[in-house]
Amino acid sequence: MSGLSFDLIALQLFTGLALGAIYVLFAIGLSLIFGMLTVVNFAHGAFYMIGAYVGLFLLSLGGNFWLCLVAVPLIVGVSGMIVERFLIRPLYGRGIDYPLLLTFGLSYVMVELIRIAFGKSGYPFDTPDLLQGAINIGVGYFPLYRLFAIGAAVVVLLGLWLFLEKTSFGLIIRAGARDPQIVRVLGVDIGRVWLYVFGIGTAIAGLAGLLAAPLQGLIPEMGANILAEAFVVTVVGGMGSIGGAVIAGLLVGVVVSMTSLFAPEMAKVSIFALMAVVLLIRPQGFFGRAGLMS
Amino acid sequence: MAKKTTNSGLVSRRRLLTTVGAGAVLAASPFRINLLQAQEATIKIGFPVPLTGPYGTEAQDQVRAAEVAIAEFNEGGGLNGRKAELLVRDDKLNPGEAASRALELIEREKVNFIVGSLSAAVQLAVNNVTKERQIIFNSISQSDTINEASDFSKYTFHEALNPHMTAGAVGRYAFPKFGKKVAFLTADYAYGHEMVRGFQEAGKAFGVETLVDIRHPLGTTDFSALLPRIQALKPDILCISNFGRDQQIALKQATDFGMKKSMKIIVPIMLYTGRIAAGPQAFEGVVGGTSYYWGIEDKVASAKAFNDRFRKMHGGKVPSDYGALGYGGVKTLLMGAKAAGSLEADKVIAAVEALKYDYYKGPEYYRACDHQAVQSVLIIDSKANPQKGDADVFNVVEIEAPSDANLRTCAALGHKA
Repeated sequence: MSGLSFDLIALQLFTGLALGAIYVLFAIGLSLIFGMLTVVNFAHGAFYMIGAYVGLFLLSLGGNFWLCLVAVPLIVGVSGMIVERFLIRPLYGRGIDYPLLLTFGLSYVMVELIRIAFGKSGYPFDTPDLLQGAINIGVGYFPLYRLFAIGAAVVVLLGLWLFLEKTSFGLIIRAGARDPQIVRVLGVDIGRVWLYVFGIGTAIAGLAGLLAAPLQGLIPEMGANILAEAFVVTVVGGMGSIGGAVIAGLLVGVVVSMTSLFAPEMAKVSIFALMAVVLLIRPQGFFGRAGLMS
Repeated sequence: MAKKTTNSGLVSRRRLLTTVGAGAVLAASPFRINLLQAQEATIKIGFPVPLTGPYGTEAQDQVRAAEVAIAEFNEGGGLNGRKAELLVRDDKLNPGEAASRALELIEREKVNFIVGSLSAAVQLAVNNVTKERQIIFNSISQSDTINEASDFSKYTFHEALNPHMTAGAVGRYAFPKFGKKVAFLTADYAYGHEMVRGFQEAGKAFGVETLVDIRHPLGTTDFSALLPRIQALKPDILCISNFGRDQQIALKQATDFGMKKSMKIIVPIMLYTGRIAAGPQAFEGVVGGTSYYWGIEDKVASAKAFNDRFRKMHGGKVPSDYGALGYGGVKTLLMGAKAAGSLEADKVIAAVEALKYDYYKGPEYYRACDHQAVQSVLIIDSKANPQKGDADVFNVVEIEAPSDANLRTCAALGHKA
């Protein structure tokens, strides 16, 4: 093809990383919840959507975007904790398919509730004034807001990493993921740990939804689209591995972007082709622990 | 004596069987519909549209506008006192679902006409059913295929514009003004393909050069990976041929990437509902076509009358582009029936073919060979800021007058002269 320059390829790579950052942010909560609770959260897309709508609602009350960045994860996280406490907790110990089916049904309920409250048609979500426009990043123009989204993803990931690796509560969470029985024997209320983990996972999903809103606007079904891609990311990275989700998310973003450059009609398929190849070579994903699903 | 009684009993049983049999045949035959109609039944119009799904907003507005046409017809005394009634069904934007709903409307509800569909594929599915059942169908969404001899039948009418007319009009306006190097970003299905073909055919006269035609799947939520390549090619015009939410997101993200600074963005159909949903930012400066915009009411008397009636019935709202088609589609068939003084298909067809009408957007008529509504195409651009209320979103920059010359020829469509 004509016009294939170094700048174009570099810009395309960067676009892929930016896409990947949003995948990572969404998939990280999914991976966290699965890794710690072995709950495959099919309502994750719905929490993402709720995040965007809570943001819209707060803005309509006169809030601003920066306030939303704090308030939305809090509100969505608390609603996630309510879901864990009253719906998911009774199902622990019954096998992986029970919470899977529950969250699957729950996602439909949540989408329908939003349709009733906000209507079926979509809403616009303006990019905050401060982040409008594109700036030259050396190889071409790139939207300021997408740069901000990458930055936000990095901050969230760093925070999560510090929390899990450097705090004593993080230590309990990691121990609980390895062997909940022993942790319980040591006198830790593991139920409380799981409650917080589910809250943190859904809070990050809500934040991802808010960050995605200015990119694509709002519709009640917005979570369903990204859920398929997020599952690819978690499977490729290894179910339950946070580091794996980060690397796989960025990889998926770059694969989509580079395929779009050469064969745009193959972009969507490329994600699943990547997953198939990874599964053939490494069935547990990049960093997955074998046997977690069984 | 006893034998005679048996005999007469047998005869009467046989007669009973014959009568019941004839009755059953009669009940199942089209003749029964005529009998019912003679008893002053209401005129039933089936209206299958995708009330749920991605085009739900547009479909709901089509229903609102069709209700206006029904109300006007009934207030005008109907067809010799016979009133009309709208039977709305959800086709879920699915050809199979639409075909079943259409069949149900014909078989169970005994509808006289069907008006509706909001997708190139769905309207062909409905058309197949109505063609076979010999029920008049007026399609109110865009398609080139429905004009072609292989899909057309005398029962088929097409009140909507088709992609050839729409893309042609936008191209003829845009190419001389904004430049000849064009990049296409296209939804990968019939609608997108037909639009691109329309642009390219119109572009031949201006020496337009296609730099690239990037196809994206329906329901794409992130176009960012497709945009750098377009930017690197430095086109004069970026032509985005997609619909509904895809259009909103593509325009929003192209704006975010700063593409409007170096190229003009044009779209074949710029949706009123889409612009309302996406806000002014994404659509600002974009040029597109439409079949109808309420703002022409300053110049077109019939538009003013239609808008006022719509406002009165629907809480002060104005009709959208696709909504207005719901009005036109129902109105033309009812006025045809009125002119024919009958609901007999052949008489109504002849009367609708003979209509020279101006119901809501200026003069229109159906071309004889393919029943395509020959009508104006409005070229609009999107305002940066609405000045006169939220509905004030577009400027009408040009109106391409109705002309046979802007349609594909009857011969090209496979119709015999």
